[in-house]
Amino acid sequence: MTLTLDQLKIGQEAVITKLVCTGITRRRMMDLGILPGTHLQAEFISPLGDPIAYRVREALIALRHEQASQIEMILVEESEV
Amino acid sequence: MTTDIAVDCRTCPAYNAAALKKLGMNVEEADYIIALAGNPNTGKSTVFNALTGLRQHVGNWPGKTVARAEGGLIFNDNQYKLVDLPGTYSLLSTSTDEEIARDFLLFGQPSVTVVVVDATRLERNLNLTLQILEITESVVVALNLIDEAQRHGIEVNERQLSRQLGVPVIPMVARRKQGIPELLQAIEAVAKGDYVTRPHRTRQYDTRLEKALEAMVQTIEQTYPDLPNPRWVALRLLDGDASIEEAIREHRLGDLSRGKSVVPIADTISLEVVS
Repeated sequence: MTLTLDQLKIGQEAVITKLVCTGITRRRMMDLGILPGTHLQAEFISPLGDPIAYRVREALIALRHEQASQIEMILVEESEV
Repeated sequence: MTTDIAVDCRTCPAYNAAALKKLGMNVEEADYIIALAGNPNTGKSTVFNALTGLRQHVGNWPGKTVARAEGGLIFNDNQYKLVDLPGTYSLLSTSTDEEIARDFLLFGQPSVTVVVVDATRLERNLNLTLQILEITESVVVALNLIDEAQRHGIEVNERQLSRQLGVPVIPMVARRKQGIPELLQAIEAVAKGDYVTRPHRTRQYDTRLEKALEAMVQTIEQTYPDLPNPRWVALRLLDGDASIEEAIREHRLGDLSRGKSVVPIADTISLEVVS
């Protein structure tokens, strides 16, 4: 099963494998530094659970579930870190 | 009274090491127009205030410069108008502040664009820098927050960076006015053409794309001879950038009535490329 970024738990690390979104949304993600191969970490979650803030290339970026669910990832296991 | 203070300050060598005279809001008759661009929260407004003596609101949250702010200064007998643009990560996706920044760089045709980058997040900042280098060649990179970077154990080789980007790179701590004289000198050198930049650009695309571009550039040049960077505009139109289509329409209303529109041609050409 393919994992998407919205499933990443706080403290977990992931590598982006694919951007499912297209057009302006895709461009936006890439401009924020989120592209295939990018490492990121879920750091904070808002009180209502949405959005979630991710650490991407030394910056903290909050994404809504809707956006995060269009980003495919694989988990980086603790042992590999 | 205020003039007395200003004169006293100006005669003090500590103040005037850079031959800088801050003009505040006075932006009449500028010899050169300088745009300040950069990612959100990199210190653009701090640089702006240090150069103009204004107190444009500085805050440590992104997005507070929504529209552009303007100020003036005199450096070595030349008058400069400084335009502080909203912070953006890109010029290609569409939000209002990105459009303000992009339209100014494209249609405002500043003499020099200063890109303020955060030395602690250089990788992230270079995206916008490279996009700006695609639009204009008169660029100075202000490598800000080098004190923060040093604190994090980051050292930036600014000479190598300058060589690779093809434009001057000035290390700064704008908050403590460090690097301001050097920045002014670099701005002056680029504005007057004493420093010839060689901007890093994608020069050769796929042959089919290049062919389409060539055709588009020709049409664009015929229809809008004054457009500063037809190649960039052609690329955006081929990309289906609706805001560029709109921007062209808005800024060139007069031209539209006499020439055929470029936009339908873009549609035909992109169809050809796809098929």
